[in-house]
Amino acid sequence: MTFANQQRFSRAAAVAVVALGGLVMLLPFYFMFVFSTHSRVEIFQLPPPVFFGPDFLNNVAILIKKIPFWRNLGWSVYVAGLSTLLTLLFSSMGGYAFAVYEFRFKKQLFGALLSIMMLPSFLSMIPTFIVMDALSWIDEPRALYVPAAANAFGVFLMRQFISASVPREVIEAARMDGCSEFRIFRSIVVPMLGPALSVLSLIAFIASWNNFVGALVVLRTTEMYTLPLALRSMQSPVNTEWGAMMAGAAIATMPLLVVFCLASRRLIDGLTATAFK
Amino acid sequence: MNRSREKSVLVRSRSMAATPYLFLAPFMVIFLVFGFAPILFSLMMAFLQWDPVEGLGAMRFVGLSNFDFTLHDAWFWKSLGNTLWLAIASGVPQHVVALPLAYFIHRVLRRSRSVVVGAYFVPYITSTVAIAIMSMALFSTDYGLINELIRAVARWPVIGALLPPAGIDWLGSAQGLKPAIAIVVFWRFVGFNTVLYLAALQGIPEEIFEASYLDGAGSGQRFWFIALPLLRPAIVFGVTLSVIGGLQLFEEPFILTGGHGGPAHAGMTTAMYMYRTAFEFNDVGAASAISWLLFLLVGTLVIGAYRWLKPVDTESRSS
Repeated sequence: MTFANQQRFSRAAAVAVVALGGLVMLLPFYFMFVFSTHSRVEIFQLPPPVFFGPDFLNNVAILIKKIPFWRNLGWSVYVAGLSTLLTLLFSSMGGYAFAVYEFRFKKQLFGALLSIMMLPSFLSMIPTFIVMDALSWIDEPRALYVPAAANAFGVFLMRQFISASVPREVIEAARMDGCSEFRIFRSIVVPMLGPALSVLSLIAFIASWNNFVGALVVLRTTEMYTLPLALRSMQSPVNTEWGAMMAGAAIATMPLLVVFCLASRRLIDGLTATAFK
Repeated sequence: MNRSREKSVLVRSRSMAATPYLFLAPFMVIFLVFGFAPILFSLMMAFLQWDPVEGLGAMRFVGLSNFDFTLHDAWFWKSLGNTLWLAIASGVPQHVVALPLAYFIHRVLRRSRSVVVGAYFVPYITSTVAIAIMSMALFSTDYGLINELIRAVARWPVIGALLPPAGIDWLGSAQGLKPAIAIVVFWRFVGFNTVLYLAALQGIPEEIFEASYLDGAGSGQRFWFIALPLLRPAIVFGVTLSVIGGLQLFEEPFILTGGHGGPAHAGMTTAMYMYRTAFEFNDVGAASAISWLLFLLVGTLVIGAYRWLKPVDTESRSS
């Protein structure tokens, strides 16, 4: 083998390994969708099914019988929707304040924001329950979407974006024309924030959609459960309805995969953007 | 007219002092109530003996006894051992795989790049519950695909001799549970680290690689002697994130073990033990002490990782 051939060969081998690795990463998703179309009996036989079967609707029927599935799905959409809207609004406002104004304690506040972003979430798990209990917010969806609205990462992201891409001259000019501060923000700045807002909305929506620990701490009844909790509640030592649980997991995962296919580039950039700034 | 407008701008500049605070207010109010206050509250609770059901009046200051109790609690140490085991077994392979993978994607792939990156990254954005449900089926002892695969490989000569002939009891035994959790966590986060390193690689000027190519360095050498040293800051950052994430591992083991930690509590992490101490054993004081001890450990390890990886960077740069 010549050197060039040898190099070409090792390169092809590496490409194959990386591609195979990528397939292995995706396989669990494939099997989730395949299993969601099979009955419990079929999933647990040898060899397990490797292709789609006819039982998806049966599984959904079992799912609806076992848990208030549509209600749970509705709560998930409701909480994720409100979390996203509030996050966008409050993060862009906060980020705007940090990017454009000079004010006392600005540096200290921003520093505190950054360090709090790094605090592990388990620290607030128990006190959050006690605070929600004191507010009588236990088992209320607002116990999920209100705290989510104070998104330190979102404020940071918006501040970076506004500093980089909203020209100060535009704001100054509007001010000279007598535009009120809030109108400058609403009619001039917000329309320029499209890319950052779309990234942040994806991040906020996914975080809320997948939020398990938060829901575990504050939600108590199956009627109020969001999807992650509802699906987990189907797990039991005996007689777990695997097909139905897979169908539920598949339905819960579907929107994320669609969003990811449409916007993976943007999402990946957004999630890692703050790493090196 | 002109004058009056100038005046209004002046007046506004005085009243404008309040404007940034108004913009920050909604975020700040919510953040103080639901982000900051709970953390202070948790610090306070670590020094209290208190049953929340009995109201604020039932609080009793007990000094360091919650910490004392926790530090003499065998379950706490066991959970800490589990957590460290899982953090290392899932964390180290993430970086060992992600670094060369990112380098390869950066150097070789062009058109297929976003598809490949997407495939590795997508587990990161999926719900842990869905992932756990899926893993429970795949790791099933008698009917799971993973054992099925091991059985198939076990029939091959040589490699087969290394593998256990019977199926591994992944989720039902203390020996199987930890590796199973580590595999799931690895699978979920390896793509995130790859993307992190990919972003860092894009910041390295192309000329550096070209120069070494002309010097006759092979691709392995270029990875080892050029890419890795230049990636050191990114590695510090990535390892820091893994330490923070690995030590607060909760969701994967919680769901995979039905919330109880599995056989012999082999899957009970410290964050899980904290949760159970608060919500099952109703001891919020001890639970808060656990959370602060864990936080101290995270902080120490992060600073340690930083110190360990950082000085070499300044040295190599100055030499």
